[in-house]
Amino acid sequence: MTRSVILATATRFLVSMILVFSVYLLLRGHNSPGGGFSGALVAGTGFSLYAISEGAQSVRRAIRIDPLWLVGFGMLAALVSGLAAAAAGKTFLTGLWWTIAEFNGREIVLGTPFFFDVGVYAIVLGAILTLVLALEEDLAADIKED
Amino acid sequence: MSTHLSNHQIHLAARLSALLPLALFAAALALVPGIMAGSSYRAAVAWVPALGVDLSLMIDGLSLLFVLIITGIGFFVTLYSVDYLHGHARTGRFFFFLHAFMLSMLGLVTADNVIALFVFWELTTIFSYLLIGFDHEHENSRKSARQALLVTGAGGLALLAGFLLLQIASGTYEISQMVPAASDLQAHGFYIPILVLLLAGAFTKSAQFPFHFWLPNAMAAPSPVSAFLHSATMVKGGIYLLARFHPIMGGTAAWEATLVLVGGFTAVLGAFTALGQTDLKKILAYTTVAGLGIMTMLLGGQSTPSMTAVLTFLLVHALYKSALFLVAGIIDHQAGTREIGRLDGLARSMPFTGFAAFAACLSMAGFPLFFGFIGKEIMYKGVLAETMMPGLAAAAAVLANGLMTAVAGVFLIRPFLSDRAGIHLETREAGIRMWSGPMILGMMTIFFGVVPEFVGRVLINPAVKAIHEPSKYVEFAIFHGINDPLALSVLTLAIGAALYVNRQRVNRVVCAVYRAVSLDASQLYEHVINAVAAAGKAQNRILQNGSLHRYFFIVVAAFFTVAALSYVRGMQGFTGISITVPPVEQALLLIVILAAVAAVVITRSVLLAICSLGVVGAGIAIVFLTFGAPDLALTQLLVETLTVIIVSIILLRLPSLGSGHRRGRGRKFFDGALAAATGILVTTLMLTVLSSPLDRSLTDFFEKNSYLAAHGKNIVNVILVDFRSFDTLGEIIVVAAAGIAGYALIRKRRHSS
Repeated sequence: MTRSVILATATRFLVSMILVFSVYLLLRGHNSPGGGFSGALVAGTGFSLYAISEGAQSVRRAIRIDPLWLVGFGMLAALVSGLAAAAAGKTFLTGLWWTIAEFNGREIVLGTPFFFDVGVYAIVLGAILTLVLALEEDLAADIKED
Repeated sequence: MSTHLSNHQIHLAARLSALLPLALFAAALALVPGIMAGSSYRAAVAWVPALGVDLSLMIDGLSLLFVLIITGIGFFVTLYSVDYLHGHARTGRFFFFLHAFMLSMLGLVTADNVIALFVFWELTTIFSYLLIGFDHEHENSRKSARQALLVTGAGGLALLAGFLLLQIASGTYEISQMVPAASDLQAHGFYIPILVLLLAGAFTKSAQFPFHFWLPNAMAAPSPVSAFLHSATMVKGGIYLLARFHPIMGGTAAWEATLVLVGGFTAVLGAFTALGQTDLKKILAYTTVAGLGIMTMLLGGQSTPSMTAVLTFLLVHALYKSALFLVAGIIDHQAGTREIGRLDGLARSMPFTGFAAFAACLSMAGFPLFFGFIGKEIMYKGVLAETMMPGLAAAAAVLANGLMTAVAGVFLIRPFLSDRAGIHLETREAGIRMWSGPMILGMMTIFFGVVPEFVGRVLINPAVKAIHEPSKYVEFAIFHGINDPLALSVLTLAIGAALYVNRQRVNRVVCAVYRAVSLDASQLYEHVINAVAAAGKAQNRILQNGSLHRYFFIVVAAFFTVAALSYVRGMQGFTGISITVPPVEQALLLIVILAAVAAVVITRSVLLAICSLGVVGAGIAIVFLTFGAPDLALTQLLVETLTVIIVSIILLRLPSLGSGHRRGRGRKFFDGALAAATGILVTTLMLTVLSSPLDRSLTDFFEKNSYLAAHGKNIVNVILVDFRSFDTLGEIIVVAAAGIAGYALIRKRRHSS
């Protein structure tokens, strides 16, 4: 497979911005459009772009861990955020909130729903990467065989 | 191999695990004085409070009798299994299954809530499945295990349906609260359906005709499992159920007739079949069927003597049958065969095992001074005390008992006492952990036979009281005087001797009768299983033929049919659709979307088709945006983008749409028509929905509460991660599973190609 120089160059700039944007979407999700699912889709698109331009192995090297671990981590984060409420004597998955700072009279709060959203993010991204990378590698192997 | 336990460690753990039944047995013994004094113990915790289901346990005399049998025999079986399975690769798993089964069984006999009872009931089914199929490298084991699972599992489902009807009819899930309402329940219109469903559960579990065939096949299990599950405990689950529901459901003509006829027939059928067997375990399996039949028949009765007889025979049977199964296992283990024709002289080479077999067989035969004799005396007293078909019941009992006497002779005389060729004089006695169990069980059949009054007072009468309010308890004594039961006992022994002497002739007659009426429930089972498999294959051929086109066609056609039908039927009072002219930007968007759809249909290039499909999705995303749903639009756009990427990776490897893609013109037309019709239907549905006023109560709720209760201004996200997070949890589990499954499929393709 011949590589496009333009695509490769553009990808380097784009991917980092896409990933930053993805985290931004995750963090702002509770108050504005965004959230774990959208954020993960954006990150998945970014990594897919990288995989198409540089090959699946480069993505694997970049993320260092197997995407399946990401799925497992996400499941754990979602469950822990739910169990935290259970440990506090409330129904499973009830949101718990802590005020961590005050800023110009507005409270900055952090709650278990955020960790739940992080779990969603990790699972969706992990599942996308698992499939995209496996498909890419499968395709690459097919091409090599031909 | 540092993570694996050594053989020695497993052996030790297995031995220590015998402490579990022993401790439970001791705990149950501690309850005996209280139960004898007439009290019962109850404990409950809320389980599914929303449905009124509690995990409530109750121990009364009946439960206690079962608990003592289960834990007592469980202890001996565990010890025995340590040697029986010595060196087996899956020893750890075996002991786990065995104890898990025992705990499920204990739950079953102590549950007061019928839902809890059902759960334990099915757990015993599942663990018995795992135990029967323990030697899973043999096809026969797997087949027998599956058969037992299907038969008893199906019965269990019937039981659940019966329990639910019972709750509707009585208003409670607690058995103890159903008892006072028994007369109302028996007058209720649901009585007969409930009775049928409960009996289906009890009859499948306790191997009553016509469901009896799975039990002898279950002998594929290791011998200790046969001793424990298929004689002493699980198969008695059905008997327990009938006894437990006797005060609630019993006493009607339907109950009495069904139980007496089915039980009596099963007893005679099982005993006749047992006489013709040559494999020690098969002999025992069919006599178990017979014993369960006798108990079922007696439960059809209504008098104190027949209730006493059920529970006495229950104990009699549990003791001698588990001892004999363990003996059969020892013989198999030491002599390498269970065929009676190839065994002889075992009493001399294996004195301890021989003694156990001797005691247990004489108890089974019903000789005086053995516990079986007491059981038989009370049984005859019971059937003679009944008003419902006493002649028939007495005849069935005498015949079945006579056959059991003959079978006891078959089991004992040739393998142990005869010494024709001296083949097995060299066979060595098993280790003490193996013979001590049957030995003690055998001695108990003598001990209980000598002090029947004690057994009656301590164990049997409190159990009788739990299911039947006696005006006067039955007297337990070694000798009741010369009366009708004694006469029947003598007759039984005479019949037994005659049948033993003529056993080959009897067997030939039985086989001829079997062939004549082709009375083979096992074959019927095979037919049903084959039919189910054939139906599965047929529907696979039609629905799952591997063509994506076919799948999609079925889904769309089904959707269209169902939606169109319900739409047309709901047309009464239909006020019409209000179509407003869309603003210019939406009209433009519509044109773009339609053009993209046209491109998808017309193009021969895969890439163009994928991208056009992406345009359709993006167009719809913009529609969402114009209606003020930015979150939805964002997600839709992102999903479309990723879909185009992933689909490109896959589809770019396919040949262009032009080649190898020739469809008939008629079929193309038909697909197009279906697509268009579905599109029109959906559009009409949407417009109809829009023409009716919107219910804003949910919207109002979320608008009001999302910031106050969940600290978020983005309602969509707040719903996802807070208000409905349990739904989201389910969805992400699906995403994770889909990711893993897809990965596995891709890898599998690579490995197999």
